[in-house]
Amino acid sequence: MSLVMPKPDGSIVARRGALAEALRSIVPGEGVIDQADELKVYETDGLTAYRQLPLLVVLPETTQQVSQILTYCKREGVKVVPRGAGTSLSGGALPLADGIVLGLGKFNRVLEIDYDNRCVVVQPGVTNLGITNAVQAEGFYYAPDPSSQIACTIGGNVAENSGGVHCLKYGLTTNNILGLEVVLMDGTVLRIGGKAMDAPGYDLLGVMTGSEGLLGVVTEVTVRILPKPSTAKALLLGFPASEQAGDCVGAIIAAGIVPGGMEMMDRPAIHAAEAFVKAGYPLDVEALLIVELDGPEAEVEHLVGEVGDIAEEKGASYSRISADESERQSFWAGRKAAFPAVGRISPDYYCMDGTIPRKALPLVLERMREMSAKHRLEVANVFHAGDGNLHPLILYDANREGELERAEAFGADILTLCVEVGGVLTGEHGVGVEKRDLMGQMFNATDLAVQQKVKCAFDPDGLLNPGKVFPELHRCAELGRMHVHRGQLRFPDLPRF
Amino acid sequence: MQPAQPQDESELSALLEEASKEERPLEVIGRASKRDYGRPLQVEGSVQLEAFSGVRFYEPEELVLSVGAATPMAEIETLLDTQKQLLAFEPMDLAPLLSGAMAERRTDSIGGVVACNLAGPRRPKAGAARDHVLGVEGVSGEGARFKTGGRVVKNVTGYDLCKLLSGSFGTLAAMTWITLKVLPRAEKTRTLLFFGLEASTATALFTRAMGSAYEVSAAAHLPEPLAAVSRVDPIREAGGSVTAVRLEGPTPSVMARQAGLRRLLGDLAALGGELHAQRSLQFWREIRDCHPFVGRSDCAIWRLSLPPAKAVEALAALAPAPADAFLDWGGGLLWLARPQQLPEIPGGEALLAALGIHATLVKADAAVRAAQPFFLPRLPATTLLAERIKQSFDPKRVLNPGRLYSGL
Ligand SMILES: Cc1cc2nc3c(=O)[nH]c(=O)nc-3n(C[C@H](O)[C@H](O)[C@H](O)COP(=O)(O)OP(=O)(O)OC[C@H]3O[C@@H](n4cnc5c(N)ncnc54)[C@H](O)[C@@H]3O)c2cc1C
Repeated sequence: MSLVMPKPDGSIVARRGALAEALRSIVPGEGVIDQADELKVYETDGLTAYRQLPLLVVLPETTQQVSQILTYCKREGVKVVPRGAGTSLSGGALPLADGIVLGLGKFNRVLEIDYDNRCVVVQPGVTNLGITNAVQAEGFYYAPDPSSQIACTIGGNVAENSGGVHCLKYGLTTNNILGLEVVLMDGTVLRIGGKAMDAPGYDLLGVMTGSEGLLGVVTEVTVRILPKPSTAKALLLGFPASEQAGDCVGAIIAAGIVPGGMEMMDRPAIHAAEAFVKAGYPLDVEALLIVELDGPEAEVEHLVGEVGDIAEEKGASYSRISADESERQSFWAGRKAAFPAVGRISPDYYCMDGTIPRKALPLVLERMREMSAKHRLEVANVFHAGDGNLHPLILYDANREGELERAEAFGADILTLCVEVGGVLTGEHGVGVEKRDLMGQMFNATDLAVQQKVKCAFDPDGLLNPGKVFPELHRCAELGRMHVHRGQLRFPDLPRF
Repeated sequence: MQPAQPQDESELSALLEEASKEERPLEVIGRASKRDYGRPLQVEGSVQLEAFSGVRFYEPEELVLSVGAATPMAEIETLLDTQKQLLAFEPMDLAPLLSGAMAERRTDSIGGVVACNLAGPRRPKAGAARDHVLGVEGVSGEGARFKTGGRVVKNVTGYDLCKLLSGSFGTLAAMTWITLKVLPRAEKTRTLLFFGLEASTATALFTRAMGSAYEVSAAAHLPEPLAAVSRVDPIREAGGSVTAVRLEGPTPSVMARQAGLRRLLGDLAALGGELHAQRSLQFWREIRDCHPFVGRSDCAIWRLSLPPAKAVEALAALAPAPADAFLDWGGGLLWLARPQQLPEIPGGEALLAALGIHATLVKADAAVRAAQPFFLPRLPATTLLAERIKQSFDPKRVLNPGRLYSGL
């Protein structure tokens, strides 16, 4: 593999036994893991191409323990990798050989449900779906719905600013949380926001969300919950060409309609999904759209009609409206199972996550076909089409010499293209280690230095999740000395890691 | 002293770099409509960003608009209107409140709106400025030209500095370009009015309406003396308090939801009236811009963000006289007027902390603003972090020093 991580600090590794003992005095019993076979559970996350055994795993149960652990690690210069459920697709939770993994799995309680203020206070290890489960009997739900929602934790969602199919209408994690409790690397426990909509001062909630475990450890989250829409209907629309499907998406948005979700799949994804779950997808189309409209019944009926008309005008060759809840679910079943479905037709797949302006979709699809030929690897595409977030799944076989490297190169080409057409490297999965070395495609040295200085405000020693997000590590003192001239930073020529 | 007027990014960068070197603080000015918002600045120099104005691109079908930070809001609203679009967070215009006088046209800039993270009555449903900023270009206090974010909605590439800059009151960077998400304007709007409700009934009504699936897009409550100063006839002539709930969307949807909502709220209150199109617009503009308190020169005005269900308790503790407070955001926003001589919030920080309220001193004489914290309650741990963040962007404290916190 081509990933380079910061060189482990031998003196820390040598003190492993003493560190374990000290940490056990903070988290007694089974809260500290040091046996190789047990550590192996933590060696990777959802991006399984990269693996590394952590030095130790610590599983605290209280905020106070987290604070003590971080205080201790800061004093001893030990690196810390926070971890939720380990479903990150960008290697955000990839361990370090000289760092501990701080697992938040035991923070799994719903602390308070406050229907009058339409919010829920949870510990970070509660799963995304666990929140909705806790409130659905009263007709409420938590809107952001990553496909991994059965497993992923709300703490991980905050760290990655995760999205889901309903984010087009209801926003991402960052738009759906009100408050956080965060422990900084120096052990400080911060309470940010609360149950009110606006918090005073700098938007710490905003900058913590999506910070990929580099700024602080989230120990409590207050999320907004919404009343469940009274009706939801989905249209399944097939098109003879991807371009027409792309046009249809643009036309729906241009008509002033914001669907609850608007997803697209290309031919390989449709076929893989259909073979796997028998969702009833048409197999003679190049692209399939699922457009879901939710809200009051009168609105849904009205908009289903409008969307149907637009699809017809844009050349849909297949159109079906969900007749009931079970049919709506079946439309989604294929889409939601797209990843494992592709997993069945290929030994390995590599999921990309760029976002593009919607209008660039035909061009990007065209170029992706060329790249597929160039790299000699197949690709299946699922998109959050409404917001231009692509998930190309590159099919490869890690056991075949050189295929992983080709898949990585193909992925890098796709992301470079996304940036070229005005988009970004990652829409919802995060930079992690995966897109770290591509950050320079989107940001220049000054842009990155400004971000790294924010990191310095939170974690001046760079001990929280180092080696992620930024292609180069700089000591904060160095960043402080880097002076600007005519708006350009003069970078000392530092070696990478 | 004449304000510096950099004409492009490199002039701005050179200016700030030099100011940093000389440790010469500057006031950052977009269109100068909010110079009295925040703690008074003790600076002589200023930098005027008017050159960063105009539309870079507007792609209605992509729901995206990119403009210079000093672009007038009036221009932006007119432009979006041609495509039946808007900034969904309904940005408040603070100028009337701060200046004490109504104006025909708004005079603020988008940069100011974002820097102060303003929002309007649609806040509970659509968020604030922070939720609609996709990308920012700017120059840090040290003179570093940087960009953050992009032009697409889904983007987690790097830290979300757009959020950090939104609500930073120009203390971290001078923003030059801002890219925003825009949304379609609703086809139909209908405001339901309920007259003469006690605040407790009004908030019970809010809780029920906002907790329903009828997608309420705004909910406000005006006590009788504040309703009486409205320019909208049915509000002014209500003869009692006015509780208003807004529905927006496609016509059939609004009609159906209106009927459903009336049924849902029937046992709490009977419908007293409705506002349609123009009058609805006018009424919510009054709420958005805090018109009930415009011209109250004898008062300091606080803006309290609170858990919506705490509104009754908050009103009872803070505003015994009905003319001193009104509610927006379904109870989540409380505007409070206090005498200039006694601007403090009754019960002080302890009460605010107990109720989970964040208060901002929006308007007061300079002497009062200098003596009072801008934000209450004070939060020492977050302020310490704020200080370190300020240090990262603006180590020499060149940009709007002291505007948010004394000495910072
Ligand atoms: C099959 C599959 C489908 C997916 N679908 C989606 C999708 O639709 N949308 C989407 O956005 N993502 C999706 N993901 C990605 C992933 O599920 C999300 O990024 C999720 O938020 C990660 O949560 P986690 O609890 O697993 O976090 P982890 O993987 O454990 O950690 C992720 C990052 O968060 C940090 N972190 C975790 N907990 C904390 C904490 N308490 N405090 C501070 N930092 C913390 C870690 O250090 C790491 O950087 C998918 C993943 C898989 C495997």
